[in-house]
Amino acid sequence: MLTTVDGKPLKEALAHAQSRAKRRAFLLVLPLLAFIIVSFIFPIGQMLYKSVNNTGFTISKDFGTGVSTPIMTNLAEWFEENPQGTDPDETAYAALAADLVVLRELKAPGQAGTRINYELSGSRSMFTKAARKAKKLEPPFKEAIIDLDEDWADPSLWQAMRTASIAVTVNFYLAALDRKRADDGSVEMVPENRQVYVTLFKRTLILSLMITVICFFLAFPIAHLMATLPMRKSNLLMILVLLPFWTSLLVRTTSWMIVLQSQGVLNDAMVATGILADENRIQMMYNQTGTVIAMTHILLPFMVLPLYSVMSMINPSYVRAARSMGATSWTAFRRIYFPQTVPGIGAGALLVFILSVGYYITPALVGGADGQLISNLIAFHMTKSLNWSLAAALAAILLGAVLLLYWLYDRLIGIDNLKLG
Amino acid sequence: MALPTHASTLERVWHYVYLTICALIFLFLILPILIVIPLSFNAEPYFTFTEKMLKFDPTGYSTRWYDLLLTFGMNEPDAPRDSSWWADAWNNAAWINATKNSIIIGFFSTVIATSLGTIAALGLSRPEMPGRRIIMAILISPMIVPIIITATGLFFFYSSIKIQDWGIPYLGVILAHATLGIPFVIITVTATLVGFDHSLTKAAANMGASPTRTFFKVQMPLILPGVISGALFAFVTSFDEVVVVLFVGGLDEQTIPRQMWNGIREQISPAILSVATILVIISIALLTVVELLRRRSEKLRGMSPG
Repeated sequence: MLTTVDGKPLKEALAHAQSRAKRRAFLLVLPLLAFIIVSFIFPIGQMLYKSVNNTGFTISKDFGTGVSTPIMTNLAEWFEENPQGTDPDETAYAALAADLVVLRELKAPGQAGTRINYELSGSRSMFTKAARKAKKLEPPFKEAIIDLDEDWADPSLWQAMRTASIAVTVNFYLAALDRKRADDGSVEMVPENRQVYVTLFKRTLILSLMITVICFFLAFPIAHLMATLPMRKSNLLMILVLLPFWTSLLVRTTSWMIVLQSQGVLNDAMVATGILADENRIQMMYNQTGTVIAMTHILLPFMVLPLYSVMSMINPSYVRAARSMGATSWTAFRRIYFPQTVPGIGAGALLVFILSVGYYITPALVGGADGQLISNLIAFHMTKSLNWSLAAALAAILLGAVLLLYWLYDRLIGIDNLKLG
Repeated sequence: MALPTHASTLERVWHYVYLTICALIFLFLILPILIVIPLSFNAEPYFTFTEKMLKFDPTGYSTRWYDLLLTFGMNEPDAPRDSSWWADAWNNAAWINATKNSIIIGFFSTVIATSLGTIAALGLSRPEMPGRRIIMAILISPMIVPIIITATGLFFFYSSIKIQDWGIPYLGVILAHATLGIPFVIITVTATLVGFDHSLTKAAANMGASPTRTFFKVQMPLILPGVISGALFAFVTSFDEVVVVLFVGGLDEQTIPRQMWNGIREQISPAILSVATILVIISIALLTVVELLRRRSEKLRGMSPG
């Protein structure tokens, strides 16, 4: 058996050295990996948890003292004892009345009402109103409470309370897909006039696809030109591609607002040259057109760079050989040149698509009402409507789509081949 | 791409059409960025060229918007411009404060991203690195995950750990921006490490250099261009980032992009164009630096000079 100088078997010594090298390499990466896990992966995990867990109807937290108190416990107990479909009887209303007293003491009727409001709009005020009078309620509670507001007898309200009494729920995902629980607990579509999210997901996909296709048609000729020009000239042209890439996103968006406004540069130029009459200036901003134009401009370098790096590797003698054997320039392009550029097209298209699906800033500024994408709606629920669980559910769906595309990108192109300028 | 002499008429026509198309696409790329520069000198509060501007009448141009930029938010903008006026500007002018915040946040997030990223890239480029593919995918993901999702997650995370009560100003934003800058550092540094001759480090070790000494004397000079351009990318990412700042930044943590965002959303004034012009000039400077670094790096590694 082969051994090292100090008598160890060679195989063992080699394995030992290799595992030490592995450990050493891993130790170099470890600090960064730990950082990313704490500052990025964990927060996203927390967001995903929020999307399936909403304690608005189960726990009240005092932000001054940090103490958490369970709320709506009596009602939760009643729901547990009585299966789905039981009509709420006197004991149920008694439980509700007792819980409302607790809510009043904890100053939490707004919070509990908001949670039910997510499932059934217009119900928040019922909770605040009822809690105010909770102490004065006397048996029979059923009549007393329905006396306050007859909507308390609404079976959909009881269904909503039943779902909300358990913190863990998939209802926000249902809501994010324009669905809701029917009174009997089954899943159904929301009324047509309230369906927003699926349409928005579809619009996001369609606009992203459109932007990707336009980017391809704009990037292909200039990438080809740069790849065939001598190095010195193509480097100059490359600067024209990289300058937008390095310019602030807000600056580029502002520029497009200046150009596309109805009193802006483009409309003014068209009016001045007589292409357009002054009174029918084209509305190119605060709609989908604005979003598509500005986003195409912003994402174009991400298509040009991978295309260029693939095209500059293509050996020109293949096309020359095809031409010398009698192919027309079109045939030579179609059969010989184009197939060789496919890896670059794939890389660029996937990258542009991934980035545009999650775009926020540009649509928010130039999109107007119909140019908004799914990201803008997430921001709306985070900052305006404050329905954080719904925002988290929408974000989770978007994240799922992006990760799928990312996985595809890694599979087809490899993350290692991502290049920046 | 010269046209061969035997080209047919159709090919000639197509060639010129093709060149025109390319020229138009380049104009599409570059014109919207350059157009803000002359417009920022507009004497009128309009976003389009006035007649005077088109006639190159000097009275059509002014630097009033740059002046507004300086004086906006000051206590006494109309006082005589002596040392106390400048002190007022330094302490109170909104855009100057935003610039200070942007630079502080950008600097610290760049330091974190570059140091951690460079060390990790060294490990990632070793052939014996275990689980390379999945780790690389995780480290690049902040660039791929939509910014709104990152901001949402960080909002929940920071409020659950109450980061604003820790007493370190800007901490949340700095950590977030460092996270966003890391993928750029990883990409640029691993790109310079591709084709790195590992026998150089072995030779250094052979001659008795400690790993630290080898790193600073042998590896560092070779990968330095990549590290610097990665750092510039990280800095620009932070300098340009608005969504995370809006979500997790405190009210007093105004940065340049946030100030611009507010300006664009509320009432867009040509002062925004003068900020834009300054930023365009900065990005031209940065691009030049990165381009020079890239050429230097290629030369160092014996690749053909660009």
